[in-house]
Amino acid sequence: MALTIASREVDGVVILDLSGRITLGEGSVQLRDAVRGLISKGQKSILLNMAEVNYIDSSGLGELVSAFTSAKNQQAEVKLLKLTKKVHDLLQLTKLYTVFDIKDDEASAIASFK
Amino acid sequence: MRRKRRIEYQVNEPKTGRLSLTLKSTMESVAELEAVAEKLATEAGLNEDECFHVAMAVHEGAVNAVLHGNEYDPSKQVSASFENTGAALVIILSDQGKGLDPDSLPDPLAPENLLRGAGRGIFLIRSFMDEVRFRRLSPGTELTMIKRLVPLEQPGKSPQGTAPLL
Repeated sequence: MALTIASREVDGVVILDLSGRITLGEGSVQLRDAVRGLISKGQKSILLNMAEVNYIDSSGLGELVSAFTSAKNQQAEVKLLKLTKKVHDLLQLTKLYTVFDIKDDEASAIASFK
Repeated sequence: MRRKRRIEYQVNEPKTGRLSLTLKSTMESVAELEAVAEKLATEAGLNEDECFHVAMAVHEGAVNAVLHGNEYDPSKQVSASFENTGAALVIILSDQGKGLDPDSLPDPLAPENLLRGAGRGIFLIRSFMDEVRFRRLSPGTELTMIKRLVPLEQPGKSPQGTAPLL
């Protein structure tokens, strides 16, 4: 299943609800375009809701890192919300768990941007 | 579609055996190889996590072959061999690219590399499989990935008593 992205805004935080796979050719480009589009419009607080992301490959992991660094370069922040077990395990294995601010609860994630 | 049905039939046959494929350098081939790997792992009795690991290792290996090896060149092919020896799953992927030196790849866990946008594929393959070997071809790279189905050393038995992988 390819990646679908739905966008909503809560208290100045744009939440991207991601669903599907983030892999080379099946989601990496959509995610990059979505995040870079927000950053280019001046959005400073971006929360990626990963609750429905059931598969991510090395390309997808790289895209998450690129989103993080692109945001940081523009004084914006990208945080992750509700990792599935598979994605959680991959972030731990690759030590990316130490890079991202990862939240389990949407309300506290939104509050953490302030 | 006809080729996919044939693969299912062959993999569904005996639990042990070998399946060989030659595919185009496309992302569809990556998906096809991943599906075969998942089916092979499931039928070998591996648990859900292990099946995911085998399928993902093959996905990463196939992406390397198609993208970095053959660079989507329609004149180049990816060859694959899937075998359940009874003691292990032995999966071999070959491309016809310029060749890869796996020892030259930077460590993706090093602090200075953590924020790199690429370079984690072979690390994941090595993490998920029990044995990983690279061999230079002329031209190309052959990647052998092994997932053991029985422990390397069983309690009370000498290493010589374990089943051979190949």
